[in-house]
Order: sequence, then structure tokens, then C-alpha cells
Amino acid sequence: MNDFHNADLDRERFRFRLVIAVLVVLILFGALIGRFTWLQFIQHEVYRTRADDNRITLIPIVPNRGVIQDRNGVVMAHNYSAFTLEITPSQTNDLETTIDALAEVIDIQPKDRKRFKRLLDEAKNFESVPIRTRLSDDEVAKFTAQRYRFPGVEVKARLFRQYPLNKVASHVTGYIGRITDRDLTWIEEEGQQANYKGTDHVGKTGLEQHYEFELHGETGYEEVEIDAGGRAVRSLKRIPPVSGNNLQLTLDTRLQEITEQAFGDRKGALVAIEPATGGILAMVSTPTYDPNLFVDGITSENWKELNEHPDRPMINRTINGAYPPGSTFKPFMALAALEMGKRTPQQAISDPGFYNFGNHTFRDDKKGGHGSVDMYKSIVQSCDTYYYMLANDMGIGNIAKFMGSLGLGQRTGVDLGKDDSGESKGVLPSPEWKKQRFKKPEQQKWYAGETISIGIGQGYNAYTPIQLAQATAVVANNGVMFRPHLVKEIINAKTGEKRPIEPQPIRDLKLKQQNIEVIRRAMVGVNKEGTGARAFAGAPYVAAGKTGTAQVYSLKGAEYKAHAIKKELRDHALFIAFAPADKPTIALAVLVENGGFGAQSAAPIARMVLDYYLLGKLPEGAAREDAAAVEADAEP
Amino acid sequence: MIDIVSTLRRSGRELIAHIDFPLLLITLTIMAAGLATVNSATLDSSHRLLSQAGNMGIALVVMWFIARLPPHRLMRFAIPLYVVGLLLLIAVFLFGIKINGARRWLPIGFTRIQPSEIMKIAMPLMLAWYFHKYEATLRARHFIVAVILLAVPFGLIAKQPDLGTALLVGSAGFFVIFFAGLPWKIIVGLIAAAGAAAPLLWGMLHDYQRKRILTLIDPTTDPLGSGYHIIQSTIAIGSGGTFGKGYLHGTQTHLEFIPEKHTDFIFAVFSEEWGLVGNVVLVFLYTLLIGRGMMIAAGAQTMFARLLAGAITLGFFTYAFINMGMVSGILPVVGVPLPFMSYGGTALVTLFVGIGILMSIHTHGGRVNK
Repeated sequence: MNDFHNADLDRERFRFRLVIAVLVVLILFGALIGRFTWLQFIQHEVYRTRADDNRITLIPIVPNRGVIQDRNGVVMAHNYSAFTLEITPSQTNDLETTIDALAEVIDIQPKDRKRFKRLLDEAKNFESVPIRTRLSDDEVAKFTAQRYRFPGVEVKARLFRQYPLNKVASHVTGYIGRITDRDLTWIEEEGQQANYKGTDHVGKTGLEQHYEFELHGETGYEEVEIDAGGRAVRSLKRIPPVSGNNLQLTLDTRLQEITEQAFGDRKGALVAIEPATGGILAMVSTPTYDPNLFVDGITSENWKELNEHPDRPMINRTINGAYPPGSTFKPFMALAALEMGKRTPQQAISDPGFYNFGNHTFRDDKKGGHGSVDMYKSIVQSCDTYYYMLANDMGIGNIAKFMGSLGLGQRTGVDLGKDDSGESKGVLPSPEWKKQRFKKPEQQKWYAGETISIGIGQGYNAYTPIQLAQATAVVANNGVMFRPHLVKEIINAKTGEKRPIEPQPIRDLKLKQQNIEVIRRAMVGVNKEGTGARAFAGAPYVAAGKTGTAQVYSLKGAEYKAHAIKKELRDHALFIAFAPADKPTIALAVLVENGGFGAQSAAPIARMVLDYYLLGKLPEGAAREDAAAVEADAEP
Repeated sequence: MIDIVSTLRRSGRELIAHIDFPLLLITLTIMAAGLATVNSATLDSSHRLLSQAGNMGIALVVMWFIARLPPHRLMRFAIPLYVVGLLLLIAVFLFGIKINGARRWLPIGFTRIQPSEIMKIAMPLMLAWYFHKYEATLRARHFIVAVILLAVPFGLIAKQPDLGTALLVGSAGFFVIFFAGLPWKIIVGLIAAAGAAAPLLWGMLHDYQRKRILTLIDPTTDPLGSGYHIIQSTIAIGSGGTFGKGYLHGTQTHLEFIPEKHTDFIFAVFSEEWGLVGNVVLVFLYTLLIGRGMMIAAGAQTMFARLLAGAITLGFFTYAFINMGMVSGILPVVGVPLPFMSYGGTALVTLFVGIGILMSIHTHGGRVNK
């Protein structure tokens, strides 16, 4: 049968191919044997010498970490060289006696011994381990005179990271610290482990962490011959390290410092952005902390104090604090209404001082109401009733859609931390959000009544100060949105070559110019004749603004709530602004925790920032707290 | 009384009925050498001797089970195993965990798995089944389908990126296609095309893969990174000389100069301590293993059994050749363990699934339904 014949032929062919395969196997295995013969027989002497007589080892040379400087070249983070006293364990006879003897010459505290023990466990045998850091000249001289007594102990010059501005902008620069297992995983994920041989510090937060692989540089190495005891005999070759890149920021440290001082001992946040680029001019979160504490390994007392302080200084409120925007939400609501055709600027409502929905009455802040209110007046006088009605007319879906397009309730992607997971999203309320947020079905349902207070920036609304600043910048920049960023350019330390971080437009909202003009005019009105008038009295430039007050006791924003159960239940004060109104070069959002009315404590800070930025004027009583300022603002 | 003895004897025979002793003997010999070398490599630090012995026990039990399954039942696993493997690979692509810059692992509860391991067996099984099914009507289009079945998992694994495993899976599939009768004209054409496409391929490689190839040409360019491995392992091999430094006396090994010395670079340890003589014996043992596998393939009754046995056997060769080649510095460093020698349970089980299949094909030879 034909089939049979085929099968036989197939098997015949298959066997032929098997023979070919066996031949290939034999040839390739033969090649391997050839390679082994070359290495182990012909070249054996060469390799024997390399392995037995001289063991060559590579000693990594850690590169200089890049410098961080502000837009004017003011140094925010740099390195300085200091002498350390180091012990190479393999070259000392008895560690304990050596250290005891050393303690007679140089001051060695129990905490130095403790740290030495810890570092010793992590180090390899032939590496030297520091027992004391930052020796004084006197101490160096003392030790050098008696050096002969201490084999295996030497004074070395090492680089230390320093933050010369201390507490200023500490949330921005972040800090470095010793590499932990978690950092190691990160370094491995980035495929950088070879470059980190010898490195023992890594960026932990802020810019130091975000730009870790720019700042670090390339590790160099020295090839040295070591004898059987691990002692270096002589150097064979030295490849110098390449310093890390420097960062030049968009931030102005002087502005930053003045702003931080203006907050005094109040908690809060301010973000100021250049609308046309997204470059961050100031990013303040108070209280701040001193990043220098972390460099050498923070002591447990210091850590406890910082971490358990009720004011939570370690939290960067600009990206991790989510607050209800209060009435600063109103200009955005008004813009949404114009864009979606729900209102015209002239359309006026009659405000009796309250708004009834179902069987609930939503009250306006002003008893008896504002009378006839059009869009301009609704913003200038911060009329709540206007926005209760507007919210109801627009519906939660439209509100969420427009606010989302302004970037509210989304991470901005600012260049801080390892990735953007360090930034809070805040809460952009919508029926979908509620469904995800709550477990019980009766809580998952969106009630039409909940939409009403959303309109005045209360309810579930919770945004980070950077989101509010970004949204303000979008309005100031005619609807074109940029990613807020801190680094302007990355500079090669050796060649001076600059790599600019291009302003990245995220999107163009395609807003109608006449609609933006309506909002701009109303926000200018706020500072001229409205709730911001007192703070901006006599300003030689035209600034657009909006006050806001966020109620703490009704706060429902999930993220903020966790760490904000407070004795103080005073309202948070807010202010958003941009200036000059016709061609804005700065847009900002200020928040003062428990600051009361926005006009009272937040607006003066904004005034001071604008005065300095636009006029170069230093604050002298400009940041006065005007307790008499009248605030006609939000009610639930 | 006599009944009990004969029953025992019969069940004893039944227990070993599907074991192929030449194959078992060769693998046990290589494993003994492996066990001794793992012991030497981990003596100063992690002590892996017992856990590797445990891995071997598990692997042998797996082999015993697989060997008892007749080939036509193995065939039934072809599609499910391939589909599951493919889905897991897609899952890795979408939600895998990144380690060392490569996305290879899939988290499942308390642990994580590496689905590309499944494909090492699933790929030849699937293709062998496919050619078996269309044996009578084999046309060009069947080869094209086979190439697609091969290319998709290969691409997913290469994308992770895991060049080593991609190479193993790809070659296993290619061997089936080769034995199924891929025309010589095409094979020669492919080799020519590969030569021409090399520059193009170079552009598609990841940075770290290029670095490995460049490092191979001149290991001193990256002495802190992958070049370090090659420099140290060639010193280990070369300094071993003709007779080696003696068991437990490898200086490169015991002074911690060899990285990954109980896994991918175990051959450097073996070679330093046993020298050229040890290497020749080891290569001879692998040749015996491959020879036995080829004999089983030559005697196999069905297309399925034939293709599968041939591909698995050449697979063993590929493992051994790539690993010894990379450790001795003639192939780029890719993550391929030395079969039956390197420490690690998963790889060992996979290998013994292969051995089990060979035994099954050999011992069920006459009883296969066509």
C-alpha cells in the first residue's frame, strides 16, 4: 500500500536527519573541547598566574553626586569632602582592642560603635569601614602622630551630601540615605546594580529620588593586585568615575524662603507655577524639616520627633494633602457652565439666601441673599446659591468631566519621588467614584442632593494644592495645560552641556477665548471690589484671584482624613491667583490649614508672593493678618 | 507464601517496567557530579546540598510518573499545556513582575512562577502532535502554521526579555520542524537569511543584550558588570589545568570570585576543580545521553514519538552547549543552567519531564496506537 511505502520513506528520512543532528552535536562538542584545551592546557600558565599568585580585584570609585541648584544658581544640595577614620577589618589583629585603643586618642561615642558594627555586617572583608565621620583638623593631626600604633586604621577623605539651605525647600530636594533592601530592589529593576557597587547612599524622597540615576554618575574603578590576605599590593589601572549630572531647577529659592517665612508656624502649602511652561516657581509645604539629619543615618530620637509630630512635617502637603477647594472651585464651575452652554454671563438669578432641594435647605453665607446675581457677581461676591443651582442644572457627570479635564482628581506627574505613586490623586467626585469608594450598596448610590454642595467646592471634593495651582495655570494659559515640573535642565557636570526638560503640553482644552475672558474679568473683580480686595489694596499690577474656605468638620476626603483628626476644627483658608491678569507669568494656589477665611490668611500670602515675584518687593507687613477682613464665603 | 513472593516480584517488575536503565544511569552519574559540585560551591555560604538532593528526588518521581504514561496519552496534553502556557505568557506580558529589568515572573498568591518554563516542554509537544495529526497530508502550509505556533511564544519570551529561555524554546520547536522534514533548501536559505539579518537583529536587541555580546568580544569593557562573570569564569577554567585543583580546592570558587556559582556558572566550579580531564568526561557523559536519546528516537513507532524524542534530545544538547559555551567565554551570557548539574528545582523537574517522555516512548514502543 502506498501509505506503508510513505511511512517507510519517512522513517528513512528521519533517521538520515538524526545522523546529521548527531554529526552537528559531535562537531560542536568538539569545538567546546577545543576551547577547554586552549584555556586549560595551552593557556594554563597565564590563567594559573592570574588566579593563584596575584588575585586581581576591582575597587569601585564612587562618583560625585550631581549638584542641585535653583533657577538662579543658588545651591540646594552639594557635596563636601571630610575626613573619616576607617578600619579595614582584615588588616587589624583584634577589632575590639583596636577600637578601645583608638578611643583614647579620638573621641568615639557608643553610637559610633553601634553604627560601625552595623556597617561591618554589610561590608566585605577587604573594605574599610568608617568608625568616625567628620574628623576635625585637630583630630586628624592627633591620629596621624600615633598612626604607627594602629595597623589597618587610616584617615580617608570622603564626600558627604549637604543641604546648605537646611529647612528651606526640603520637601522639594528630598534627601539621600543609606541603601536598604528596598532601594536595592529598585536599583536592580533599573538594571543599575553594577554601577552601584561601592555606592552606599541613594535618593529617598523628592528630587533626590526622582532624578537618582541622573545625579548618581558612573562608578569608576581601580584594578589592584591583592595578596592572599586581601591587602592591596599595587594599582594596575584606574578608570576615573564620571560625576553625576547637575540639576537646574525652575524654582526660585528666595521666593520659596520668603513664602515659607510668611507661613510662620502655620501649617499649609503653596504652589506657584509659570503658566506658559508648567515650571514650578515655589513649592512650599509647612512645617518643613532639615534634610541634613538624614544623610548620615537619622538618629532614632530625631526620627521619632519628626515622624510622630502632630503637625506631620514629613508630609509634602502640596502633593499629598487633599483638601476641599471651597469657593476657589467657583471660577472653574462658572467656566464649565459657559463651555457647556448651561449659563450665559448675563443670565441672572434671584438669590433669597437659600436654595431648597427636596426637603433640604442649602443656605447661602449671606443672610437674606445677594439679590440679583449674574456670573460676574457670583464670583466677586462668592454667592453660594448661584452655584447650588448651577450644580443642579449641570449634573454630577458634566461637573466631573470638566474638572477632570482641568487635571483635578488626577496625579499631575510632577517630578518628585520614585514614580508618581508618591503623589495623591485626591477625590474627583462622581457616581463611578462613589461606587468604587464604598462597599455597602446603599452608600454606593449617588444622590442628586450630593451634587448641590459639590458646586461650591464642598462635599466629597478633595484636591491637592498642586492640582489647584495647575487648574489655575490652565485658565491663566488660555486652556493649554503643562505638566508641572521642577527641573528646568539637566547639566553635564564635566562638559557643561545642558539638556533642557522641554515644557510638555499635556493637552489643549480648546476653551473659547471669550469664556476665559469672562472668568478672568470676574477674578480680577474679586481682588478689586470683592473678597480679595483688602489683601490686594494698592497693588500696582492687576491680579486675578479667588478666595475659598474649606470646612474641616464636614470633611469627607478619604485621604486627608486619615492623618487629620485634629483638636482644631477651624476651617482651612484657600486662595488661587494669577498675575498680571492680561499676560500671566505666575499662577498659584495657597492653602493655610485651620487658617479660617481665605481672605484673611491665605490671600495676604498670595499678595506677598506676587509682590516679590512681579516687583522684587520684599515683604514688610505685607503678610499682615487682617482679622477684620470680611469673608462672604462658603456654607455647606 | 510463594504467592506473596511472586506477587511482590511482579509488582516490583511493574514498578520499574517503564524505566530505561541506560538513560537513568547516565543522568544519575551527571547528577552525582552536579551534587558534589553544588556542595563545593555552597560549602562556605548557603549549604544547598540537601535541598538539591531533595529537588532530585522530586524530579525522579515526576520522571517515573511520566514514563508510565503511554505516548498517546501524553499527546492529549499537547493542546491544553500549550494553551495554558501561552495564556500565562500573555499574563506575564500584561501583569508580570519586573526583576533585573526583565518581566518574567507572574505573582500567584505567596509565590511567583516563570511560565516560560512550561513552554520548554509544551512547545515540542504541541508541534510534534501537530505534525503527527497531519502526517499523511503534510504540505508547505503545515510548516507555516508550525512556524506561527513557534513564533508567538518565542516572541513573548524574547520580549520579557529572556533571551536564554527564548532560545531554548525556539530551538526545541525548530528541532521538531527540522525532524518533520523541513526541506534542506529552506534550511540553507534560513541560515543565509540569518547571516544577512544579523545587523537588523542587532538593532532589535535590548541594551543589556548588546552589552553582553560586546562584552564577549572584549570582557574588559565592562569589568564591573557582565564582563566580570566571563573574566572570572575563564580564569577559573584556565587555572584548573589538565587535572584540576582537586575537589573543594578551587581558589576562584572558594574566594568568592565566581558569581552565581551554584546555578548558571556551576561549570566554572566543576572545571576549576576537575580540570580538562573532568571536562572531557562530562562532555562524554552528555554525548552518551544524547546518543541514547537519539537511539530512542530512531526506534520510535509514530511520527509524534519520533519528533518529540528527537527534539527533546537535541534540547538537552542545546542546554549543555549554550551553558558550557557561555561559561568558557565563547557564547554570550544568557540565563541557561547546565542540565542535571545546576542548582534549582524547577529546571530539574522540567529536564526530568523530558527524560520521562523519552522513557515512555521507549518502553511503550510496541503498544502505541497509530
